[in-house]
Parts: sequence; structure tokens; C-alpha cells
Amino acid sequence: MSTPSNLERRDFLRRLAAGGLVLAVGPAGIRGLKALPAFFAAGDPLQASVYLSVGEDGLVTVTCHRSEMGQGVRTALCMVIADELEADWTTIRLEQAIGDPKYGNQNTDGSSSIRTGQYAMLRTAGAAAREMLERAAAAEWSVPETQVSARNGTVVHATTGRSLPFGRLVARARSLPVPAAPRLKDASQFRFIGKDVTGLDMHAILTGRATFGQDAKMAGMKIAVILHPPVYGASVATVDSAAALQVTGVERVITLATTPIPSGFQPLGGVAVIAGSTWAAMQGRRALKVTWTASPNDTHDSEAYRTALETSARAPGRVVRKQGDVAAALSGSAQKVTAEYYAPHLAQAPMEPPAAVANVSADGCEIWTCTQDPQSARNEVATALKIPKEKVICHVTLLGGAFGRKSKPDYIVEAALLSREMKAPVKVVWTREDDIQNGFPHTVAFQHLEAALDAKGRVGAWLHRVASPSINSTFAPGVTDLSDGELALGILDLPYAIPNLQVESCRAEGHSRIGWYRSVSNIPHAFAISSFVDELAHAAGRDPRDFILELLGPDHIVDMANAGAVKPVDNYGDTWAAHPIDTARYRKVVELVTKAAGWGKKLPKGEGLGLAVHRSFLTYVAVVVHARVSATGEIVLPRVDIAMDCGFVVHPERVRSQAEGAVIMGLSNAMTSELSFKNGRVAQSNFNTYKVLRMSAAPRELHVHLAASGGPPGGVGEPGVPPVAPALANAIFAATGKRIRSLPVGSQLAGAG
Amino acid sequence: MLITVNGTPHTYDGDPLQPLLWYLRDELGLTGTKFGCGISACGACTVHVGGTAIHSCVTPMKSVADKQVRTIEGLSADGDHAVQKAWAEANVPQCGYCQSGQMMTAAALLEKTPKPTEADIDHAMSAVICRCGTYTRIRAAIVAASAGGR
Ligand code: FES
Ligand code: FES
Repeated sequence: MSTPSNLERRDFLRRLAAGGLVLAVGPAGIRGLKALPAFFAAGDPLQASVYLSVGEDGLVTVTCHRSEMGQGVRTALCMVIADELEADWTTIRLEQAIGDPKYGNQNTDGSSSIRTGQYAMLRTAGAAAREMLERAAAAEWSVPETQVSARNGTVVHATTGRSLPFGRLVARARSLPVPAAPRLKDASQFRFIGKDVTGLDMHAILTGRATFGQDAKMAGMKIAVILHPPVYGASVATVDSAAALQVTGVERVITLATTPIPSGFQPLGGVAVIAGSTWAAMQGRRALKVTWTASPNDTHDSEAYRTALETSARAPGRVVRKQGDVAAALSGSAQKVTAEYYAPHLAQAPMEPPAAVANVSADGCEIWTCTQDPQSARNEVATALKIPKEKVICHVTLLGGAFGRKSKPDYIVEAALLSREMKAPVKVVWTREDDIQNGFPHTVAFQHLEAALDAKGRVGAWLHRVASPSINSTFAPGVTDLSDGELALGILDLPYAIPNLQVESCRAEGHSRIGWYRSVSNIPHAFAISSFVDELAHAAGRDPRDFILELLGPDHIVDMANAGAVKPVDNYGDTWAAHPIDTARYRKVVELVTKAAGWGKKLPKGEGLGLAVHRSFLTYVAVVVHARVSATGEIVLPRVDIAMDCGFVVHPERVRSQAEGAVIMGLSNAMTSELSFKNGRVAQSNFNTYKVLRMSAAPRELHVHLAASGGPPGGVGEPGVPPVAPALANAIFAATGKRIRSLPVGSQLAGAG
Repeated sequence: MLITVNGTPHTYDGDPLQPLLWYLRDELGLTGTKFGCGISACGACTVHVGGTAIHSCVTPMKSVADKQVRTIEGLSADGDHAVQKAWAEANVPQCGYCQSGQMMTAAALLEKTPKPTEADIDHAMSAVICRCGTYTRIRAAIVAASAGGR
């Protein structure tokens, strides 16, 4: 292996061998790891736990157990540790963790890398090391501990001004007990947390030297490109590989078994062409002649399926939240408003298509790949190879985007299976066509909403029905509608104070794999809810902003335990006590964003402002889109404002960039992207047919407003996405009077301007 | 045939139809040039041939015989091209995967049009997709990198 990170790993091992102070922190806090020699004797230090180490050379090594995909987690975790440690930033070295449960949860999804207690855990780790170094210095100088303090990589004695660098204190510090509850810094003392720091991978990226999964190499590796079944559930019937084997460089053609439906994380099967170069493998695949078995999904058709979802959502479903009497309130209302919304399948389409290199030997399996979850990769590979998971080593490269796609390790299992067959390292390269056609699409949703307005324009009743196939259908048989977890993404946790409220989940069976996509079911749910609120405001003759604030009611905490939910509602894995729904935080982001965007200002004909607000991943986001629609229906976006309250902010610059990226991805979802099925096959194949936003359509101005509320951190990577589509649809309505109820907007505005 | 990459001459006697992209990545190990689509639809594979930005995924080797090719690795000695400096200043990259193609496209634009208009920038840069959504920062960085900034 010759990748840079491997070299770094070897350097690191050398440093460890030279003797360093190693601290391990588990999900529950510091796990009493003592002096280094005992640690070595106990086993493999690299796989012990999440940790940081301080070497006798003064270098601080931080191991990042989460995957970097542009959200800045590698830098953010270092900032947290360096701050509490009082480290000199230039001494920080970064290690990427392999997949191992000893690190706690490594699944980089749910916008969870900072919010789920990791922040506190890493602060404690840094603080404990600092306290040990301070104690060592106090002992060295025979002075009270209260007189010494760490500062920028050294420990200083206040009264005499003497100082010692960390490296010189390591030998003494590592024999000290690890403090169980070290003193944490006061926030006013932070040097990195809350400040802007240059990303640790920036220089490598700018010079083309960053290593992604598609760039990973092993000596002597072969390249494999796989022809996957065109329909979910089909398998290879016949293969004619003669022409493929004629292609110069092609070495073998191997048939891969299809995993029966529901296939979970395991591969789809198909026919692999293995060659000495990527180009030869691609040419070989083109030359294959393959026929496929029939699949129950052969007739799956997105147009017919939409009609089926529509029928389903127009009839009562499984009641999951019920307050008051919706039916009575609707029938007795002064004004009843009904609207239906459709949001199609989407492809995550990260710019880097999935890739993995694996080497299966008698010792086990070693992997280098771009994965959001090296532990599930390890587990699935072990299952497929029928070897203990301890024999699978999964290294994580940088991820060229992921957005949920790379939390599913099917491509990694493919590499392992092919390496076993070839008795050589094999790199599986997914092409863009594989990515678009054989992935795990985001769910599709049809939603039916009804509301009652009284004579004063107040909402007295709200009925929300959703028909949308569940991610669970990819993993278990007999799944016929959304899970309670998916319903908790925006629907069950509706914050509005409406006396009669009912939520129903309607039947929707899956006919493809379905997977996570940045912000998941919040996308369709927020589109329907925030569009419908805007429709109600207009029906009531009210300003949408005032209408939203009134729906939120006076500032209060929404009591989710008594909100009529049939079962306890999930709160992104966190407690309602720690992260309650606080309508004041909704109000503040609405006020902030509308003020910044000049809400209420006079605009020329054909222009309008649209507002939407949504809470997800414990973070509150409001968006105002300014849209200009031309006579021919072309949309120009002079400006988008996004306000975010994600509680405590570790790295403001990366929070802003995530919010900007969320706006662009949200606009992509809303304006151009749609994945659809015809005869069971995905109708799109590459970026020529699966359209995503390009610079020409991006907003001319994009302003991020951080509403720093302090408090425990919420998620950042995902919550910016959901309010974008409805804010755009509401802006289009304000500009043209045309209501967008079906995404993407596409060419629906032709002639509407 | 002969091909010069980042100033270094190489001889090539492989498949004349192999795209330049795979020669650079698989044979020269210059993996800064990225694969995103393979059909000239995303710009991730942008390199310069004779100073012009082209998509290497659809450029057969036979068409670059005796040509000068420049990749991201050869854009500057150590990340100090005006575009790279502006990119760093504006913190443009998120995941970074598209950024080689973005910077190579921007560098070629600025060589031909030292003071591009917003329309020039949008036109040239719309060839390169960024799924992370760094477009507004790219626009600002190009303006900053253009003749003396603005
Ligand atoms: S890989 Fe060449 S344009 Fe996309
Ligand atoms: S920075 Fe990730 S695709 Fe552009």
C-alpha cells in the first residue's frame, strides 16, 4: 500500500513505539486507559478506541472516526481536541480511523458527528490530556498544580514564567492516572472552537493530491467494472463473454450472484469484467451480451406508481397522530382547503461515483474505500466472505461527496468478492450510469393535505396523509408504508398549534432499493407542509410570514408527549428534554431571514419572495427565495437567504458552507432533478438526463445568517435542505400566481411568467 | 506517439482510443484529474491541452499526440497559482472532488479572458458540476483571481 494516509499511519506507529501519551475515549467518556506500556500490552493501540495521543516529539495525533465528505468533520474534531488540550495547532496530525466498533458509532449520517455527544466526548478527551500534562509539569517543578497551566503546546508556571513544551512532559504524564472528570475550559477561553480555521485537507485538494476512493491503489490490483441487473431483483440468465474477452487488457468475466429481494446492503449481482486498466474493463463491459431473469419489478413504472400513491393518499391510512376531531372540524369549517403534493425519487449522485479496492488473502480482507460507515462495510464484507469481521480491515479515504449513498457498502462487498475470485487486489469502479441506475434512490412521495380555516382565517383543523415507500422495504419483507422514524422527519413533529390535527401513513410498497438522501423524508414532508401553509395564508388573505408566526403561537415548548402521537416520537435519536421543539427558535430564524431578505418590499411584476421554515436534525432553518420568472417560464434567482439556528457552533465557516451547499442541493431537487422508472428500469443514465443544478442557475447572491442560540449543538449537514424547495415554490407563486405542487419545477412554468 | 504532461515528455503505444483521463489516472498516477461522468457532462476531468480546457474523459489519446497537456498537479509548483490562492482565500472546496476540474476550467478562462464578466464566468463554469454546491464561492474566487481582482 502506498497511499499517503498509510504512510502517515506508519509514521504514527513509529511515534507510538517511541512512547507517547495515549488517551482513549469511548462513547461513554474516558475509559480509564492508563499508561502507554500497559496499553500496548493490552493489545493493538490503533484499534482501542477514539483517541488522541501526544508524542515525545510534541506532535498531537487525533484520530478521526467519522468520514470526511466536505462537511469539515476532520478539521472540526481536531479543533475541539486541540482547544481543550491547549495544543499548538501546527503540531496537530490527523489519522483516519479504520472501521471498528471500539470507536463507537462511526456511521457518518444523520448530521450527527458533532451533535450526538461527540462534542462533549472529544472536549473531555482533550481536557484530560491537558490536565495530565499540567500535573506532570507541577511535579517536575515541585509546585502546586494550581500554579501551572497549559498554553499553546507548553505548560507555564505562572509565578516564575518557566515553561516546558508538551513533548518534554509526556514521559512523566503518561504514568499518571487519567482524570475521570477533567475541568473543561470556559467558552470565553476557546481558541479554535467557534473560530474559522483552514481545513486540514485544503492544500491537498487544491493541488490535486487528496486521495478519494476512486484514487485508492494497491500494488498489483485489477480493475473491475460491473454490469448490474437493470431491474431490481433480476439476476443473470445467460452471459456471452466472448467479445468482452477479446478486448485487449480484459482478463476475466465473472458472474456475481444476485441477492434476493430485499437485498439490504448486499450487492445486486451481475457480470463483472476484470481488466488491467479501467478503460479496458469499461470496453469489456460494453462488449458483454447478457440476458436477465424476470423480476417482480419488471413492470414498475413511475407514472402508474404515482397514480397508485395518489389513490392511496386519498383514502384513510394508518393513524399515527391524532388531536381533537379533524373530520368534524373540517366539515363544519368556514373554508376548507385541500392540496396534494408530489416529490419524485432522487439520486444522491455524489460527484465521486462509488469505488472500493479490496485484497482478500489467507489473513482476511483489507479494504480502502470511500464509505460513510466503515463498520457496516466490515460487517457486510465479513458476511459475504463468511469470515469473522475481525479479519476485515476497512480504511476510509476522503469521500467525493456522499449524501447518503456511501452509507451503503454494496460496492465494497463487490470488490471483496471479486478479489477472492481473482486472488489479487481488485478495485471496483462504479461509473455514473451505475450510480444513477443501480443505486439506492431517495423515496418518492404523494401527500394529501386538508385544512379548515375559520372566519378569521385561523387554522382549526389539519389532515396530512402521506404515501411514500420506506427505506425499511430495502431491508425487510412486508414493509407497506413509512416507518415511524421516517414519519418523525417533519410530519409527526409538526410544531403548529392546531386544535384538530391528524396524520396518516398510507400504503406504498417499494419496487426498487430505497436509501437515505441528505435530509431524507424531510424533503417531501417539508415541501408539502411549507407549501400548504403558504397556500393557507393566501386563502386566508394573510401575509405568509405573519401567518407562520401566528401558527407557531406565543413562544413555547411543544409538548410532544401530549401531542396526540400514537407512539412515542423519535427526536433524531436524542431526547425531547435535551432538544425540545422550541417555537421561539422557529420565530427567531423566520424573523432573521425575512428581515435580511427585505420581506414585504415592492418587487417588479414577475418577481416574488417565498418563505419556508423547517426544523430537522435538532436545527431550525428558515429560507427566503427571491425568484424572477420570465415570460417564457425561465427562473432566475437574484437572491436566497438562509437563517440557521444549530445551537452551539464549532466551526462557523463550515456551517456557512454547509448551508450554502444545502441551498444549492435543495434547488437542484426542486428545479431539475427526477429519477423515474419505466419497465422496472431507471429512465435516466447520466448527468445528461439526470439533471442537477449548474452554476448558471445558481442564485446570484446567497446569504447565510447564523442565529447563534448556544445550547447543545444540532445537526448542520442536512437541515438546510428541506425548506429550500417550498421556499422556491412559494416564491414562484408570489411571482406568477402559479402554484407548484409537483417537483421538479422543470418546464411547468412555460408561459406562466 | 509522444505526449507531454506537465512539462514531462512520455511515449505512448497503447490503445489510441483510450481517453486521456484514464492514461493520466491509471498509467501516470495523476489522480488529481477526476472521473465524474465519462460523457463530457460534468467537467470533473478538465485538463488543458495546448492551453485550452478540455474534457479528458472524451479525448482519445490519438488526438493529443505531440500536444502539451497540463493537469491540476502541474498548474503550479505548490498551489500558488492565482486561482488556487483565490480558492483557498474563499474556502471554496467542500468534498473537493470537483475542484480540480473547477480550477482548471477557471484557470483556462482567465488565461483567455483576464477580466471575465459574470456572464463569461457562468458560461464557462456551468460545464463543471459541483454537487456540494460551491458555485457562489467559485464565482467570487474567480472575480478575486481575475486581473487584480475587482
Ligand atoms: S468525467 Fe469528463 S466531463 Fe465528466
Ligand atoms: S466540492 Fe464536492 S462536488 Fe464540488
